[in-house]
Amino acid sequence: MNAIIKKLDEKRRLARLGGGQTRIDSQHAKGKLTARERIELLFDEGSFEEWDMFVEHRCTDFGMADQKVPGDGVITGYGLINGRPMFVFSQDFTVFGGSLSESHAKKILKIMEKAVQVGAPVIGLNDSGGARIQEGVNSLAGYADVFLQNVLASGVVPQISMVMGPCAGGAVYSPAITDFIFMVKDTSYMFVTGPDVVKTVTHENVTHEQLGGAMTHATKSGVSDGVFENDVDALLQLRRLMNFLPRSNKEKPPVIPCVDPADRNDYSLDTLIPENPNKPYDMKELIAKIVDEGDFFEIGEHFAKNIICGFARMEGSTVGIVANQPMVLAGCLDIDSSCKAARFVRFCDCFNIPILTLVDVPGFMPGTDQEYGGIIKHGAKLLFAYAEATVPKITLITRKAYGGAYDVMSSKHVRADVNFAWPTAEIAVMGAKGAVEIIFRGDIGDKAKIAARTKEYEENFANPFKAANLGFVDDVILPHTTRQRICRSLNMLKTKDIKNPWKKHGNIPL
Amino acid sequence: MFKKILIANRGEIACRVIKTARKMGIKTVAVYSDADKDALHVQMADEAVHIGEAPTAKSYLQIDRIVKACKQTKAEAVHPGYGFLSENRAFQEALAKAKIVFIGPDAHAIQAMGDKIESKKLAVKAGVSVVPGFNGVIKDVAHAMKIAKDVGYPVMIKASAGGGGKGMRIARNEGEVREGFERATSEAKSSFGDDRVFIERYIEQPRHIEIQVLADRKGNTFYLGERECSIQRRHQKVIEEAPSPFLDAKTRKAMGEQAVALAKAVKYVSAGTVEFIVDQKRNFYFLEMNTRLQVEHPVTEMVTGLDLVELMIRIAYGEKIPFAQKNVQLTGWAMESRVYAEDPYRNFLPSTGRLVRYMPPLEGKNVRVDTGVYEGGEISVYYDPMIAKLVTYGKTRSEAIEYMREALDAYYIRGVSHNIPFLASLMGKKKFEDGKLSTNFIAEEYPDGFAAKDLPAKDPTLLTGIAALVHHAYQARAAAISGQVSGHGRDLPETWMVVSGEGKNQSAHQAWVSPHPEREADPNMGPASGVVKVGARTLTLASAWTYGHPLLTAKIKIDKGAATEVTVQVDQRGAGYRLFHAGAQIDVKVLTVREAELNRLMPFKPPPDLSKYLLSPMPGLLVSLAVKEGQEVKAGETLAIVEAMKMENVLKAERDGTVKKIHQAPGSSLAVDQVILEFA
Repeated sequence: MNAIIKKLDEKRRLARLGGGQTRIDSQHAKGKLTARERIELLFDEGSFEEWDMFVEHRCTDFGMADQKVPGDGVITGYGLINGRPMFVFSQDFTVFGGSLSESHAKKILKIMEKAVQVGAPVIGLNDSGGARIQEGVNSLAGYADVFLQNVLASGVVPQISMVMGPCAGGAVYSPAITDFIFMVKDTSYMFVTGPDVVKTVTHENVTHEQLGGAMTHATKSGVSDGVFENDVDALLQLRRLMNFLPRSNKEKPPVIPCVDPADRNDYSLDTLIPENPNKPYDMKELIAKIVDEGDFFEIGEHFAKNIICGFARMEGSTVGIVANQPMVLAGCLDIDSSCKAARFVRFCDCFNIPILTLVDVPGFMPGTDQEYGGIIKHGAKLLFAYAEATVPKITLITRKAYGGAYDVMSSKHVRADVNFAWPTAEIAVMGAKGAVEIIFRGDIGDKAKIAARTKEYEENFANPFKAANLGFVDDVILPHTTRQRICRSLNMLKTKDIKNPWKKHGNIPL
Repeated sequence: MFKKILIANRGEIACRVIKTARKMGIKTVAVYSDADKDALHVQMADEAVHIGEAPTAKSYLQIDRIVKACKQTKAEAVHPGYGFLSENRAFQEALAKAKIVFIGPDAHAIQAMGDKIESKKLAVKAGVSVVPGFNGVIKDVAHAMKIAKDVGYPVMIKASAGGGGKGMRIARNEGEVREGFERATSEAKSSFGDDRVFIERYIEQPRHIEIQVLADRKGNTFYLGERECSIQRRHQKVIEEAPSPFLDAKTRKAMGEQAVALAKAVKYVSAGTVEFIVDQKRNFYFLEMNTRLQVEHPVTEMVTGLDLVELMIRIAYGEKIPFAQKNVQLTGWAMESRVYAEDPYRNFLPSTGRLVRYMPPLEGKNVRVDTGVYEGGEISVYYDPMIAKLVTYGKTRSEAIEYMREALDAYYIRGVSHNIPFLASLMGKKKFEDGKLSTNFIAEEYPDGFAAKDLPAKDPTLLTGIAALVHHAYQARAAAISGQVSGHGRDLPETWMVVSGEGKNQSAHQAWVSPHPEREADPNMGPASGVVKVGARTLTLASAWTYGHPLLTAKIKIDKGAATEVTVQVDQRGAGYRLFHAGAQIDVKVLTVREAELNRLMPFKPPPDLSKYLLSPMPGLLVSLAVKEGQEVKAGETLAIVEAMKMENVLKAERDGTVKKIHQAPGSSLAVDQVILEFA
């Protein structure tokens, strides 16, 4: 018995060493942690349960039969984040550059399938050079198997990708299907084709960082939902994020003990909206002042900044927040902001997270860029997402809610449950100036007349009362009471139960 | 007594006058500009009258509108506060005509003291000692040089009509007199429209000490002790105190009596201040008389127990001062810090905007906060960026300083930059503690301006311990999340590593956390209460702080020592914390031992090299660009003009180079540190 235990210990020791000390040192020299160290930081101390430590590849071509490393470049299993089980796969760059073989893929598939069966999130820590070229189409098949499993798991359990090294070629499509992609600054990159191919095909000279670095995807493409300074920061923040999310679509969001009073008034909100309707203010201040302890986990902070998405808590339970940001592009809806928010709304709806929408939107962004880019279809994504969502939906109009954008931003008409407006709200087809110039086109030359008409329009429409008369707004509330009113509404909506008509799936305008 | 008075001012002083009026049962009327519609003084007053647009010339300096507001509201008297119309003759005449009482001195006294040359002549006549100098009109440079020789070097050349530091020059020899005279004359002309200057002996290492006087119409004129205002930055007072740590009883009496003599000479009525300059041998010389309530009057109120505004109102109503000179006693020590919306790390550039968070320290018998703002209010570009006057009172000077330090720690301001780090740094200076003050203090102690390194390097034990306890509390709560596998919750470690700084400057301190022995029994103890061992020291911390609170006030016992109260500001930032204490700001991460071990493997990312960029030094508007892409520029050449706070700031090239890329077009609004253009 003793001998066999010794043998097991030895096998484990070897497996834990992955690609060997030299490669571990080289990984560290790049400022990256190893696959195992990352798992250590992700899970509660000592809670990781590893599977398939001894799995090896079965490739015999190109001398691969002699090169076998137990685990085959990916570490899989499950562990606890604050006592809640979650699955993980962590690609090991020290073993065959973390490349994906048939066996490597099978390991990932095994935990994904189990995650769906038990209803637990899948966290992927990506650090892979790509396909195991020696395995040819077997490797490609492995990718596709993972993509399929990603699709099947989508909307069943949260899938989170943390890209912590290279992720290129076909490999990018697994993270792309997952719910959120996060990246680590300076040490991660994602692209479909690398700089060398780009140079050959389009003669562009770009670096890895420019083409697919963390900041590129966070600011330009929107592929990344967040960037972190380094591996340690990334994993600590990932733990923080997971505390907001339910483990599956069958669960309610988790609750943490809350000491922030639900009836906390914040009088400084009474002066948040500037006197001048064209002056911006920071919507993030409103978010910070109404949610529990001001704690907000933003998704897509650097992309389409004219809309803010993220998670917070009200009385200890998670809410998803979507808010126009008047500080950027006056908070208008454009292609990028519509897509960003639509995807976030759908995530919340998948996982029973109530949606709080804070509206200050002057409309859709005009221009050829937007029209040629298909703002019609992209804007419709957000409309579709809101209309389809069955989770509790609470909307607060702080200032502008103009035109079609009013309808889109979780209006009563797309089944929002509770719609509030601040007294400063202006719910109208458009701003007074524009409206008057159309309605009273004949008077345009007469400044006095136009001014009088503008004033008349403002009095009639630049307020929340018209909408409140019609019941499109449930109540006009004092800004300082906002938290209390939202908390009450959320409590009332805890038992909300509506279902969409049976269908295979809707056809969102992708 | 008056039934109703109007306060022709704004901000903290308007609020302060309203408080006293209310105490006396007098109704108050506020006036306000467009920018002050929601200001605190408007909210506090019984009535408020709108008097015009935001710029002061269109509102607070509009005599007619203020007189009209008095008539309209039937206000019987006006308190002018300080600044604005407080020393304006036309205003007094207009009020007199309308039979409205001016709460302050009579016009003749204001006029007599308003001119530096005139006032000095009067002072000499009243037997007040003045700085050796020449009070007549100086004809030309040759005349100036002769006077300088008579007075004795070094000399100071100063604008007659001036205030603050404008049009002031110091000369140590003939050459400097020649240059200084010309400059001072032209600056005086451009600043005040009056090119008269005077010359006097320049006092080295001077202290600014002023005497508060008070006179009624029944012939009583008293002095209420002194205030020392030597801590000045560019001739603006920063810290004031009463009494002065420098004066002895004899000097105080001599100065007081001279001040009274001067006040009597001009038939002064109401509260006024006679400013003296005091040299290192306690020789004092008359500087000027301020014929109004001073900004720093609260320190006098704290040590005399008098309410100067109340006395001004009573005197204006014709009452007699209800005490005698011999009853005026100075008890204890008071200190005042002027809290400004300005960025001490950027050469004290004024900061404006919304007070996103504003929590002044709690007021009590040792702490007084005179303020005109509130959370969610605005620091406007149109007015003085003073946020508040923070006044503390102690039995001794060191006690007052200690209260000041604590109050500064508890002063929570977010949204605009503020000078609290600078004030805290001043409070930590040994020379300040020792009372070795002079008007050169700031220039000498901060020769290169103020920087983070000026903040006292405190023993890291305290902040390390607090960070560990706060983090432990947050982690313990996160570990109480719903949906856990029962019996498999996270066991929190007891040992934490508190990591601050980056790269070579990174430091890690181990902290060993255990529960507070009395936590269970004491409902007032919050989750951060506990015992923490840092190195060889043990901190026992009891605090009501709970999750999300920005201020952690705790009774802390270090080892077996006595418990002291400490306040630290705690902001959560991502996975870490930003702590503020004693003016210093520290970013820390609290990690498990293993996390810290792995964190050491993380690369140091030096901040990007910004020398290749022209950055906007302040939030503002890019008015114009003087260069094009590809253009070569020489050091000193104008690159761009940024307008902020209604002021145009010319940004010049610091060295030779070629403009590689222009990032911002004229007309765009800029944030602080936003890249305007890039050099090759």
